[in-house]
Amino acid sequence: MTSRFRQALDNITRVRGVRGALLVTSDDGLVVADALMEGIRGDAVAALAASLVAKLTKAAESAGVGRPHFVHLQAQDGTLVGLPTSTGVLVVVIADRELNVGLVRLEMLRAAEAVA
Amino acid sequence: MADEIRTMTAELARNPDSLVFLDLGEALRARGQLHRSAQVAVAGLERHPNTADAYDLYARVLVDMGHLEQAFEQWGQAIKLNARHLGAHKGMGFLSYRWGDLDAALEHLELALATDPLDASVVQALRIVRDAAEVAEAGDLPTLPAIFQGFEAADHGMLLADERGRVLGGGMRDSEGADAAADVAALAAGGGQEAERTTRILGMGDWISMVVEGPAGNVHISRPDPHTLLVVARDRSVPAGRLALLAGRAGEVARRWLEEQQP
Repeated sequence: MTSRFRQALDNITRVRGVRGALLVTSDDGLVVADALMEGIRGDAVAALAASLVAKLTKAAESAGVGRPHFVHLQAQDGTLVGLPTSTGVLVVVIADRELNVGLVRLEMLRAAEAVA
Repeated sequence: MADEIRTMTAELARNPDSLVFLDLGEALRARGQLHRSAQVAVAGLERHPNTADAYDLYARVLVDMGHLEQAFEQWGQAIKLNARHLGAHKGMGFLSYRWGDLDAALEHLELALATDPLDASVVQALRIVRDAAEVAEAGDLPTLPAIFQGFEAADHGMLLADERGRVLGGGMRDSEGADAAADVAALAAGGGQEAERTTRILGMGDWISMVVEGPAGNVHISRPDPHTLLVVARDRSVPAGRLALLAGRAGEVARRWLEEQQP
């Protein structure tokens, strides 16, 4: 992993509530780089997040809002956010339920710039 | 009612083979004790697997619990045992109508009416379904219930769909203004299934909502009940936070409408 990617992911994980951050290939859900808390299954998060974003992309396009640039899944015991980039890499964050989505989004955008 | 339940429970304890479980299960269901009612129905089914009424009881409990697909299967079992089972045909007619399968709904309700021509609930349900079928045949598109009347863009930016991706009400248009309700419902259902898989595998509990932000607008997907999806789409002038509030209000309306549809 390049130090640029490492730094970008570390910045994301400093946001309160974040359990892990990953760079994932959008097409096949493979991990490019990750910074995860112990116990988080990076490969599973990557595959599931890529698949979810792909499905939601089709729904969003059908509803006329275009290709998503941010996806936020809220669950009872956690949060998953995805930020697709123009390079085909998806920035993924898995976090606690009480996540400051605005703050983490800023760091995800910085990570996307690092990837670009 | 509590005394009756105690008496029936005692009778069933004395004679576990008794058919009193049918009345006991129904009494528990009527009191909202769905878990106990389901236990009574399942135990009864184990002892009486050839009793159509037992499947009917279990199906009604399942509907109250929101397990519609399973309820449909149980009523199907009842009909295998008794092709003229009134409760099963009424139940399958109701679910078919809810799922938009008007032909199947008509078939079941007509069979129910043939079994009991004096059942007022069947007569009324049949009238509603026949009216809907006539409108659909005439090619009038607004056969979908106007669930979200009063909301802005209620007929083209708010959509209620079941977990199979069938449209229940509302409407959705694509960026060209063309009707996209069926596509969005099917694709949102796929997204819902994927969200369920994701949260289950990652131990995140049930999913509550999904927000998708795009260049031309935002989409909010939520679940008014565990088997129904609400999709709300708005252009970029409505920020995601406000969209979530709007979806919350529409979700309340959808929940009330879904409750009204129960048999």
